[in-house]
Amino acid sequence: MLAFIVSRLLQSAAVMLAVSFLCFVLFNFVGDPVNNMVGQEATAAERAEMRHELGLEDSVVVQFARFLGNAATGNFGKSYRLARPVSNLIVERMPATLELVAIAALLALAMGIPLGVLTALRRTSADSTAIMTFSLAGVAMPTFVIGILLIYVFSVECKSWAPAVGLPGAWCFPSFGRGETIKLGWWNTGLLTASGLKAIVLPAFTLSLFQMTLVLRLVRSQMLEVLRADYIKFARARGLTDRAVHFRHALKNTLLPVITVIGIQVGGLIAFSIITETVFQWPGMGQLFIQSVQFADIPVMAAYLVMVSLIFVIINFFVDLLYAAIDPRLRLDRARLGTAGG
Amino acid sequence: MFVARMAALAAVVLGSASIAEAKTLRWSSQGDALTMDPHAQNEGPTGAMNAHVYDPLISRDPSLAKVPALAVSWKPIAVDTWEFKLRPDVKFSDGTPFTAADVVFSYNRALAPTSDFRSYISSIKEVKAVDPLTVHIVTSGPNPILPDYTTSILIMSKAWAEKHNVVKPQSYKDKEETYAVRNAMGTGPYTLKQRDPDVRTVMAKNPTYWGAKEFPGYPDELVYTPIKEPATRVAALISGQVDFVLDAPLQDIARIRQTPGLKTEETAQVRSIFLGLDMGAAELKYSDVKGKNPFADKRVRQAMYQAIDIDAIKAKVMRNFVAPAGLITSPGVHGHTKELDKRLKYDVAAAKKLMADAGYPNGFSVTLDCPNDRYNNDEQICQAVTGMLAQIGIKVDLQARSKTLHFPKLQKKDSSFFLLGWGVPTLDSHYVLTFLYQANDAAKKVGSWNFTGYSNAKMDELADGMLKEVDQAKRDKMIAEAWQLAIADMPYLPLHHQLIVWSMSDKVTIPIFANDSPNFKYSKIK
Repeated sequence: MLAFIVSRLLQSAAVMLAVSFLCFVLFNFVGDPVNNMVGQEATAAERAEMRHELGLEDSVVVQFARFLGNAATGNFGKSYRLARPVSNLIVERMPATLELVAIAALLALAMGIPLGVLTALRRTSADSTAIMTFSLAGVAMPTFVIGILLIYVFSVECKSWAPAVGLPGAWCFPSFGRGETIKLGWWNTGLLTASGLKAIVLPAFTLSLFQMTLVLRLVRSQMLEVLRADYIKFARARGLTDRAVHFRHALKNTLLPVITVIGIQVGGLIAFSIITETVFQWPGMGQLFIQSVQFADIPVMAAYLVMVSLIFVIINFFVDLLYAAIDPRLRLDRARLGTAGG
Repeated sequence: MFVARMAALAAVVLGSASIAEAKTLRWSSQGDALTMDPHAQNEGPTGAMNAHVYDPLISRDPSLAKVPALAVSWKPIAVDTWEFKLRPDVKFSDGTPFTAADVVFSYNRALAPTSDFRSYISSIKEVKAVDPLTVHIVTSGPNPILPDYTTSILIMSKAWAEKHNVVKPQSYKDKEETYAVRNAMGTGPYTLKQRDPDVRTVMAKNPTYWGAKEFPGYPDELVYTPIKEPATRVAALISGQVDFVLDAPLQDIARIRQTPGLKTEETAQVRSIFLGLDMGAAELKYSDVKGKNPFADKRVRQAMYQAIDIDAIKAKVMRNFVAPAGLITSPGVHGHTKELDKRLKYDVAAAKKLMADAGYPNGFSVTLDCPNDRYNNDEQICQAVTGMLAQIGIKVDLQARSKTLHFPKLQKKDSSFFLLGWGVPTLDSHYVLTFLYQANDAAKKVGSWNFTGYSNAKMDELADGMLKEVDQAKRDKMIAEAWQLAIADMPYLPLHHQLIVWSMSDKVTIPIFANDSPNFKYSKIK
């Protein structure tokens, strides 16, 4: 098992190195930050001086080596745009993104699983057909369209339609921002204030919609498969109630792959949140990244990309370990291969 | 227990939020100020934000006329020296008195190597405090428009800067952020209460503001939230979550006007959009004409000018939010006149004839470099131009890029044909002529944005002359002559002057500023 972990760790490190190098090569195409950093009256000599000061004249390899050296000591440099240390910026923005992702993941599970079960159990009913159609829209519609649509309905137009259908004004949600936040140590949370909770509804729903429909469809197909299994037939033969059969036996066996998929999808949620954060002006890491791209703020882009790849790598690492732990065959095969090789 | 404590905390926060609601103006725009350090970034939105906390010696009123701020009067006392009399009894918002020492300190700070205003005010040689309320600014040679330059230089508290170790503007070499990036100490109408870059900036009324009598009843509090996505910004205004939006997209203006409770204000902006032609090169870098430069022939330049149907661009691309231009500087800039600003007639037949006369009856191909995130609908303008030039046989290969790629490309002189916009912070024609028309000369620090290769000794002489000429009548004559020369030589094809449209709740009244920098001390909110 130890050899397995070590080999996995080495692979992860190699992936990280490759990803960060790729990012650096890409930065050659985002343009020159210097123009945004000096006034238009600056002379060519002053621009060159600034470029020299930032080390932008060095080759990609030299810049990359310098970046790696600094990153190893936890120093990602200073943002060109905001003149603040990048690590501070990321730490400040991380809570917003993680809260949004956590709520979105919860929403995806809390709505995806029950709806998946429902559509599996009542395959032909009208409501199942409706839910499946809706889920198709969730998979197919781009995030920014969903976001703008939600803003239009629940923020701009709701004052006219909500009273008409007998809903109070509380059904109107803010179209941007995080609302009031509270500091708990360095963690800046919006989940403890009324305005913060209201503000998270639309972005969290927007972000979760794709995952929600994914979970729904996954649960449904798994459930349908499990329901055809022999042990379900046997359980029915024993005379168990539908309830016991569906929820104690079938659902339990359905969830294992679902949880694995969700684990991997959390990384995807963090990556997808870039679009959601832009639409809702959510002050998270994704928005920081987008603004940095437009400014060619290389230190922030580098740190963000490295961090997101780190999250992916860590999640994959644990998923691999989890597989090995859950499925002894995987472990044994490798051990046997290992001894055969030695 | 934990839950109870959190609930109590939440109640406190919500309570304080409802108290602060009295006369607050909430506003939004696309991009936040880059820093609160008044000398670190010479950039429009940054200057506009900082001007609420810091005052200049002379400021601009809504008509952009110079009005006394920290200086009550100013006059030249020698050929190279201006005297400024300072306003007495002014206090910084921490209660310390404002004196000439703060002015000297701030100007030296703006001249420091890490300052972004260093080149802007490079004509200043020395700033001297004569007595606590008198300052002399010595320039290298006569500078008749020095007072115009002072409107961009904001005055900071010397004692505060020394206390917090920010006597130099922020530098990118340092590892840490400086104190002045998110804190401020000025004499302006507001104090900086909360600064969360890109998220939220809160300003509260400065209790010691010198202009309290002159500007009664401006909002007690300003809450600024940048909203990058245009649709979200407009949604926030329509749903009443903000009171003022600086930059609603042009296609949404009609919608905003139709919404009850909202209104818009518009005026011509001090920014002109135009096309530049590399007329100086021996051979165009990006064209199929080899061995000669078609743009060197004025007939070709004029043909291109007359092939552009500016009214179509105005109506279809810009939704009428522009004024067609014959001059690449806007109304409001000293030296601009209606007569000079007349366009050549749109006339495809005449254009075709000019092309044939110049020896290009079948046209040629050329690459047009265009930004896609800098000016209003910039890429669409270029697309329209591409179609119009095809009518006279010029096949344009349009390359639209982000501004972070477009401007460096221009500065490397790596473009044959480009779109550019130009604003004028000094509101004087010299600024346009020296950057865009004078022959590029790094040693003389002139012509640094002249990527056309245009060079005319007469133009250089006029531009240099108007920098030094103190006799206003003579100087005005030089400006007029220079513009006539610019029109005749035609290194640029003018397109239009941008209009700015501010959108707001009808509870808000604010005079519109043609430099697109709102000054909320002139505003009121019901």
